[in-house]
Amino acid sequence: MTTEVVDMITVVVDGFEVSVPKGTLVIRAAEKLGIQIPRFCDHPLLDPVGACRQCLVDIEINGRAFPKPQASCTIPVEPGMIVKTQLTSPVAEKAQRGVMELLLINHPLDCPVCDKGGECPLQNQAMSNGQGETRYEGVKRTFQKPINISSQVLLDRERCVLCARCTRFSEQIASDPFITLNERGALQQVGIYENKPFESYFSGNTVQICPVGALTGAAYRFRARPFDLVSTPSACEHCASGCDMRTDVRRGKTLRRLAGDDPTVNEEWNCDKGRWAFKYVTSVDRLTTPLVRNASGELVAASWPEALAAAAKGLKAAKAAVLVGGRATHEDAYGYSKFARVALSTNDIDFRSRVSSDEEREFLAARVVGSSTTYMDIDRADHVLLVGFEPEEESPIVFLRLNKQVRKRALKVSAIATKLSIGVEKLKGKFVKVAPGQEGAAIAAQSLTSKSVILVGERAAESAGVLSAVAALADSSSAKIAWIPRRAGERGALEAGAIGNLLPGGRPVEDAAARVDIAALWGADSLPSAVGKSTNEIYAAVNAGEIGALLVGGVDPLDSDNCQAALAALDKAFVVSLEIASSAVTQRADVVLPVAAVTEKSGSFLNWEGRPRSFDAAVHDSLNRSDLRILSMIAEEMGTSVNLATVTAAIKEISSIGKWDGARASMNKVSVSSHPAVTGDQFILTSWRRLLDLGTLQQGEENLAGTARKTVAVISPKRAQAMGVTDGDQLKISTSLGSVTLSALVEDIHDDAVWAPRNSRGSQLLVNLGVAHGAVVTVVKA
Amino acid sequence: MTKLTPILSAHWDEKDSFTIEAYKRHGGYTASAKALAMDPDAVIQLVKDSGLRGRGGAGFPTGMKWGFIPQGDDKDHYLVVNADESEPGTCKDMPLLMANPHVLIEGCIIACHAIRAKHAFIYIRGEVTHVARRLNQAIEDAYKAGLLGKGIDVVLHIGAGAYICGEETALLDSLEGFRGQPRLRPPFPAIAGLYARPTVVNNVESIASVPAIIANGAEWYQGMGTEKSKGATLYSLSGHVKNPGQFEAPLGITLREILELSGGIRAGHTLKFWTPGGSSTPIFTTEHLDVPLDYEGVSAAGSMLGTKALQIFDETTCVVRAVLRWTEFYKHESCGKCTPCREGTWWLVQLLRDLEAGKGTEADLAKLLDLCDNIMGRSFCALGDGATSPITSSIKYFRDEYIAHITNGGCPFDPVASTLFAGAGA
Repeated sequence: MTTEVVDMITVVVDGFEVSVPKGTLVIRAAEKLGIQIPRFCDHPLLDPVGACRQCLVDIEINGRAFPKPQASCTIPVEPGMIVKTQLTSPVAEKAQRGVMELLLINHPLDCPVCDKGGECPLQNQAMSNGQGETRYEGVKRTFQKPINISSQVLLDRERCVLCARCTRFSEQIASDPFITLNERGALQQVGIYENKPFESYFSGNTVQICPVGALTGAAYRFRARPFDLVSTPSACEHCASGCDMRTDVRRGKTLRRLAGDDPTVNEEWNCDKGRWAFKYVTSVDRLTTPLVRNASGELVAASWPEALAAAAKGLKAAKAAVLVGGRATHEDAYGYSKFARVALSTNDIDFRSRVSSDEEREFLAARVVGSSTTYMDIDRADHVLLVGFEPEEESPIVFLRLNKQVRKRALKVSAIATKLSIGVEKLKGKFVKVAPGQEGAAIAAQSLTSKSVILVGERAAESAGVLSAVAALADSSSAKIAWIPRRAGERGALEAGAIGNLLPGGRPVEDAAARVDIAALWGADSLPSAVGKSTNEIYAAVNAGEIGALLVGGVDPLDSDNCQAALAALDKAFVVSLEIASSAVTQRADVVLPVAAVTEKSGSFLNWEGRPRSFDAAVHDSLNRSDLRILSMIAEEMGTSVNLATVTAAIKEISSIGKWDGARASMNKVSVSSHPAVTGDQFILTSWRRLLDLGTLQQGEENLAGTARKTVAVISPKRAQAMGVTDGDQLKISTSLGSVTLSALVEDIHDDAVWAPRNSRGSQLLVNLGVAHGAVVTVVKA
Repeated sequence: MTKLTPILSAHWDEKDSFTIEAYKRHGGYTASAKALAMDPDAVIQLVKDSGLRGRGGAGFPTGMKWGFIPQGDDKDHYLVVNADESEPGTCKDMPLLMANPHVLIEGCIIACHAIRAKHAFIYIRGEVTHVARRLNQAIEDAYKAGLLGKGIDVVLHIGAGAYICGEETALLDSLEGFRGQPRLRPPFPAIAGLYARPTVVNNVESIASVPAIIANGAEWYQGMGTEKSKGATLYSLSGHVKNPGQFEAPLGITLREILELSGGIRAGHTLKFWTPGGSSTPIFTTEHLDVPLDYEGVSAAGSMLGTKALQIFDETTCVVRAVLRWTEFYKHESCGKCTPCREGTWWLVQLLRDLEAGKGTEADLAKLLDLCDNIMGRSFCALGDGATSPITSSIKYFRDEYIAHITNGGCPFDPVASTLFAGAGA
């Protein structure tokens, strides 16, 4: 650990001495003493602006007094400074009262119907630092209300106090300057550009930091009063960034979610998906009772004992494997991992319900499990290299952190990618353009240092040799590696050993000492010693008749790069499905067991750093049980025991595993495949998922879906010219399996490549084309 | 003996005064040649020694401002000339640029040399198209004559018509293509101004005064004016006077002297109140006729020299009406950034309208003063302060007149009487 020496400065606020680091603003030095100076425009994570003038205080430095009160949110402390706030200076007190009165003259008195009422900084501070009655008898400024600045954010201009927090956030934090202040004087107002709505992935933060009810979220508007809500600290289940969150529930129903404050992870921000995509819990048809397939092949409701017995019988009757999706909590994944080994005596388990490779599995065991690259490493990096990873789309808080460092100290960012993205442009990143599949070849040419960080996305597994090249580059440069999957549960599942080559705690399956460790912990005589099958191998083994039963939790078979094989396997095998709602898996299952959604249970996710993000149940009256509890019940029914009846038990057991001090699994070097020649109307497909798309967890939130980026097919200017295509023309991308027809966009992309979103409206590539990256497709003008 | 000292205005009465030929005929562009042969620091020192102070209103020593620019920092430096003359009553820079644009260009060359800048930007208000055209022509002529383009370039930028853009940091924002709103200081423009580079922002008259100082020396300039306010300046006389116009005189002259020189108040009328430096400087009355019009003298009498815009109002003028018009201007021009100015001017106008219409009460006067107290010194920039000056000063000197509106149930004045056409129709 390096400790940074910080100069401390002592100042006096209202007669009390306080020592704060050099550069601290007066308003925060006062806070440290518990002295609250009222404020609106001030926000600790935004640059000072001094616009609202609410925080005026009297200041003198070494006996020299400022002639007039100063905005305490803009002035850093200095030695010999004496500050008198509203508590000790009548001048400051009158100045603040005066500003408050002025702020209120044009503010509507609609607190009783305003969403902000009850948690409103203006309301609260008008009470604490204002006067009970106004002297204003004039005409208030009015505006038409409200206006949509996007499908999810509404603006009531007459409520706005013009603190510019929202516009500063959009510019300084998100680098999405889609909103700005227009007009002047009292008619100044927040506005959007003509024909360009506020479609930022981070727009919800402006609603949260608005100190009045001027910006409201469409989904929450007029739904509740803050004092009727029960708030629970929670963690976001949408991606691996690991945002701290707050879930607000009224009478058993989640009404909104807010970004929590964790300076080490998400600071005070989150993305719109994390904030607004929670209706899937209630809007889709949730499973309420267990279902069992009867003699005539129909799924019918069954009692729990009946269903558990059927599940146990089926899993015992044949060789079984486990598929657990990347969205399980750390504890649930641990439950599946233990269940596979103890109850099913197999290592055939894989959490990667997506395009994956053996190279990736070896990379995860050799480089990722137990590793501890963090956000702090990004803060200190001299160079960040992005490989198979689009931070803004796939881990938005990583994007915000990179952006912060880019803005603050011009952090160098390079991206090895097939297409230049909006996110990389905003990061002023160096775009290393490669053909799909050739990423590995470009990695070796990068020069990094021991202070550099390589951020590898899950899509790195889609091109052979990429992860081998990343490992080699890290070895030669001593740069740190961070693997950033899209799903919130993948890192936890990896640590829990929900994969064929690892046991919990990063212990290699093939290592006898490792097996002894875990067998002792679990009270088992021995554990299976052969490396288990991967997801695709499991599907293949079912279809070949080698495996007869599947235990499936939270998997979408359509995320696979071989959907047909996946669906065939699910049709063929005896399937026990643990799910929250009806899905392609439950429809094919023999036993379906309903489980709790994230808001209904406690647990934790490990974010990409490996940092636990724990949460409590936000909805307390749910009757749904966690996967863990149900797995324990199935095991009991099978005559064995996994002894994990509660999350607490799992946490206790996981914490007793300890660090693996044996040898790490090694990794076989894989070389880059040759670049396929493309001729005529052939292209190589490349794609990634957008933050807002057709993801299962975004179902039921139309306001959010309205801000998704447009579905387009991207080709290079050279190819577009050759084809006579311009922006907006229709392009048909096809394979032997099928085709999609999308609007063309000519952008900076490798000449051999065509890009389309992987899972957006009109473009579900894995389903429509059967491929997503690196395959040759045909593109013609439609 | 006249006290006038025509320097900037020396040749304005010549028909071709605005041409490069006329300017050169009177020794134009010799000062810049002289300055370019000097060490830049020596130029700064000379301007410091001359005692020249900013003519845009604040009176900050020009040479000292130039000296703040960090030297040897390997950064581009910029000179920005503030020609966004918009204050009600202020009318010196536009006549100057109409009559002699080249003196500004020569001043730019000298100032750029002194502060090691390669670019000067002249920000002119958008409404004065005739002045902008003339200045553009002058810049073109200077390029043709090889005076510009050899290491120093001058760019004319035409504003879109906002009073706030006369505030130097708002001007810089506007020049960079953003909405003009004042910036938080520090950093000051001398450290991070235009495009975050060290920048000097000077008023037109300040820069235009430099060539004569270089040509004639610091001592010559010091020979004029008062102890702390050196040199001569343009006083702009307007309103109810016989001969409005520009009067160039040493600092420290009094209004009484200027009125004597110019022919006095319009026939048959007497002075009632006046502004020493535009509408944002507290008004004066007849008791201030002998106040020396230099920075210290005006300040000691409770106002500011400002832009030396002497707006004269005679006894036919309703002070409440005049103040309301000014206040409406400030409400219209408030940029909206800070609460006191934005909301305060909105409220002030409504209070004053009621008072003028005789719908106010004496309590409203107290409210008005308290409101001014909550705006003055609380706003982000000087616009808010300026908006209160006419109100507080007029209540101070003419409280009875405000009361008369209340007791009279309306304005006791005939608005026509104060117009130029008063009596014309009779």
